Amino acid sequence: MDATVTTGTEDSVWGGGNRPLGASYGKMMMWFFIISDALTFSGFLVAYGFSRFKFIESWPIADEVFTHFPFLHGVDAPMYYVAFMTFILIMSSVTMVLAVDAGHNMKQKKVILYMFLTVIGGLIFVGSQAWEWATFIKGDYGALETKAGRILQFVDAETGKRAALADFTTELPEERVKHMSNEGIWFQSEGYKTSFSLNEVVEGFKANPNILIRTEQLNDEGEKTVLDRAQSLAQINNAVQVVEGANLIHNEYGNRLFADFFFFITGFHGFHVFSGVVINIIIFFNVILGTYERRGHYEMVEKVGLYWHFVDLVWVFVFTFFYLV
Amino acid sequence: MAHAHKLEIFRGLLKFKSNVQKIWGVLIFLSIVTTVEVALGIVKPHALTHSHILGMKLLNWIFIALTLVKAYYIAWDFMHLRDEKTALRRVIVWTPVFLICYLIFILLFEADYIYNVYKDGFVTWNF
Repeated sequence: MDATVTTGTEDSVWGGGNRPLGASYGKMMMWFFIISDALTFSGFLVAYGFSRFKFIESWPIADEVFTHFPFLHGVDAPMYYVAFMTFILIMSSVTMVLAVDAGHNMKQKKVILYMFLTVIGGLIFVGSQAWEWATFIKGDYGALETKAGRILQFVDAETGKRAALADFTTELPEERVKHMSNEGIWFQSEGYKTSFSLNEVVEGFKANPNILIRTEQLNDEGEKTVLDRAQSLAQINNAVQVVEGANLIHNEYGNRLFADFFFFITGFHGFHVFSGVVINIIIFFNVILGTYERRGHYEMVEKVGLYWHFVDLVWVFVFTFFYLV
Repeated sequence: MAHAHKLEIFRGLLKFKSNVQKIWGVLIFLSIVTTVEVALGIVKPHALTHSHILGMKLLNWIFIALTLVKAYYIAWDFMHLRDEKTALRRVIVWTPVFLICYLIFILLFEADYIYNVYKDGFVTWNF
């Protein structure tokens, strides 16, 4: 596999086996793919930036959205879990690069071990992302949505903490049945039925004077604006529906685009991690079968490694722009 | 296949004896940077959230700078760009950097314009 480029005759230039820029064909193509994929991800992240700058004064605060940690209920742990996920991915990047290094030294046993650890790291990451999605979709406090599509959240005036809908709603003797396609000649289907009706929330709000409304608007301190009681009572009349959790159309955390971008960008990244895990497993079995030992080099591990590191690289940016900034 | 690894980071400030050692060194560095990021994100020092440069909080600029530092070490040491030929490295790095900067410039300016239209456009968006 040594360079045959420099002879300069037409035969050897077009005869194949060239390594322009010192990179083999496979590695070069992997870099082509990575650059185009990097541009795709940049497109998504810049589009996120676009929407955020458009609604710069009312964008949700990520710290207040992602506050959960598995097995720690009710503990306010902003970003700890995402930091953990970041660490897992960096760690699996390290085991990958160790596998590449072991491959260079033709140590099959070590490559097997490190590839295995990389796959495990990838699986933990994808699992964590699934958990993160589930928590996000389920929601925690619940909110109201106004005619304009703005979100009204609730705050306890005494403690200054967020109030969940269940804390103050009054049960009303009313029946609310979910629209189903098999009922009625003309129907409007609906995705989910909320635990409380709009009336129940509004009545409960009116009966509890210590509950205030928090709007999407950010104040000078970079915090969400809390209205006083009189303003809250005026604002609640604009509400048209109850929102619990998040989907592509409504979300209780604030601007609808926030949830859309969350699902789209972390989803696309998660898909990359998933396919990375699949490719890693294939390579892992090839290493066990001794394919690269017979081939005489472990360049395939290196190419897959490039992809895996790229996935890590993208996550570094997603972490910054979605969770930190 | 001869594989010569360049074994120093921070412009030669830190030299490693072997490639494996360098990998662990980079991991430690990346972990420290991530820890700093998360700590800053949780503490949110008042001095950093209330000073603005180019319309953005100083804290956010710090996050972006630290992210680029992390990206540099992932690309240079994990993806072995440090060991590639200079021409290949430049093609890989500067092509996307140029295109992404252009995209950021154009879209963020447009977004700011739309923000101002929403704000001063005599149309209410909150009712």
